[in-house]
Amino acid sequence: MLELRGVQAGYGRIQALREVSLSVGAGEIVTLIGANGAGKSTTLMTICGVVAAQAGEILFEGESLRGLSPDAIVGRGIVQVPEGRRIFPRMSVRENLEMGAYLRRDPAGIRRDLEYVMKLFPILAERRHQPGGTLSGGEQQMLAISRALLARPKLLLLDEPSLGLAPLVIRQIFTIIRRINAEGTTVFLVEQNANQALKLAHRGYVLENGRTVLNDTAEKLLGNEEVKSAYLGI
Amino acid sequence: MVYGIIQLINFAHGEIYMLGAFIALIVAGALTIYGFSGWAILLLAGLVAAVYAAAYGYTLEKIAYRPLRTAPRLSPLISAIGKSLFLQNYVMLAQTPDFLPFPTLIPEFAFMEPVAHIIGSAEVVILLTSAVLMTGLTVLIKYTRIGKAMRATQQDMAMARLVGIDVDRVISFTFVVGSVLAAVGGVLVGSYLGQINFAIGFMAGIKAFTAAVLGGIGSIPGAVLGGLVLGLTEALAAGYVSSAYEDVFAFGVLVLILILRPSGLLGRAIREKV
Ligand SMILES: Nc1ncnc2c1ncn2[C@@H]1O[C@H](COP(=O)(O)OP(=O)(O)OP(=O)(O)O)[C@@H](O)[C@H]1O
Ligand SMILES: [Mg+2]
Repeated sequence: MLELRGVQAGYGRIQALREVSLSVGAGEIVTLIGANGAGKSTTLMTICGVVAAQAGEILFEGESLRGLSPDAIVGRGIVQVPEGRRIFPRMSVRENLEMGAYLRRDPAGIRRDLEYVMKLFPILAERRHQPGGTLSGGEQQMLAISRALLARPKLLLLDEPSLGLAPLVIRQIFTIIRRINAEGTTVFLVEQNANQALKLAHRGYVLENGRTVLNDTAEKLLGNEEVKSAYLGI
Repeated sequence: MVYGIIQLINFAHGEIYMLGAFIALIVAGALTIYGFSGWAILLLAGLVAAVYAAAYGYTLEKIAYRPLRTAPRLSPLISAIGKSLFLQNYVMLAQTPDFLPFPTLIPEFAFMEPVAHIIGSAEVVILLTSAVLMTGLTVLIKYTRIGKAMRATQQDMAMARLVGIDVDRVISFTFVVGSVLAAVGGVLVGSYLGQINFAIGFMAGIKAFTAAVLGGIGSIPGAVLGGLVLGLTEALAAGYVSSAYEDVFAFGVLVLILILRPSGLLGRAIREKV
């Protein structure tokens, strides 16, 4: 479904991605783990067209994404929940959700999906008239995921959804991610919380200094000695 | 409005106001020759000025601001001042440095006769037009798709891109709307005061900015309140001190507000993004 081959990208003179190659198959949950500053967020931003790739190929459903604008990429069905949630702070919860459906023109379908996410996260229904900026961290993460779902993504990119959340909330979010995947959405999950991410995912990649250095099934990575010592703290 | 979304003081905004007035003056002149009557002239001249201003605002953004979108904030500011000076001097050379008489496009209503000594027809028309435009603007920003996209862009531009908003288009649209409003303002005030020259936009621009800062950037009721307070300050200064000092007081207010309450009277506290 998604394939990156030798992708390089950066910010001005800073080269953040040196050689990123990975693939995500339809229906999978694939995770990308790596230390702070390894280039995980940059990888997602490059897929979304916010950061321009300098070299390499990015293919989605067989077509190149390089050079497409971010809104065109959203239109193709790739939607990101960025690091730090990035809720529109002075728009209501409901308006935030509506912004997720910005490119859609099917009011009936949007209404159904609004009801769907409010069932998924009942707290959002309760808070729907409140400004997004007043929600707690966990609630904002739920809102950010719901906003992305309103775009009806084929491929959902998640950047550290567990960041700064209590263990109980993390478990809740991960359960929902599994459910979203079971209902047919492909998931590409970036995490520092390698343990949890590898337990959820089917396959995983390890990113080091802008290079994908390891890739295997999640199970094998959980048992891999290097991964254990570097990312699982065992 | 533009400042609210992209944190840029559009110094050329006042010049669009001035251009609007000049275009209306030219169109009104032509229409008078063809024997049109008062209302038709006002509407047509206003319309042409608005269309022209829309095109101008769009082009200006495209050639002079967009290339600088990611540059340090000082660059677009300098570009804005440059454009402002360019437009002023262009109009001065193409037209004249002197004040030109502006025809009274707003006719006197017969039914206003009894109260004409308190409030004139022109004032009523200006007040009503402003009220209608401001209500329209509020509705646009609050409820329409493009309005929501404008707010989203203002609150988090990168995230707006990630939900599929074509941010460039939204910013162009903002410039177009802002320019149309400025041009309409230029036509009405030109007609009210009866004379225009190439420099009227500069003062108007700075005063509009003062009013917006006073009321709280991004708040439409705030801008109205700011305008009122500023107007009263000027009137009082002119009345009690000297009319030569009214601008001094206007800027005094701007400085005071920036020091004491940078978020404005009705504004929310905004933290500068880093
Ligand atoms: N906007 C930016 N401008 C300049 N350099 C940046 C920018 N964003 C990221 N970088 C640099 O690019 C490199 C990769 O950053 P990135 O945010 O992709 O890392 P990450 O793996 O997501 O880290 P974290 O786990 O802390 O989120 C870092 O060295 C970082 O300093
Ligand atoms: Mg990151």
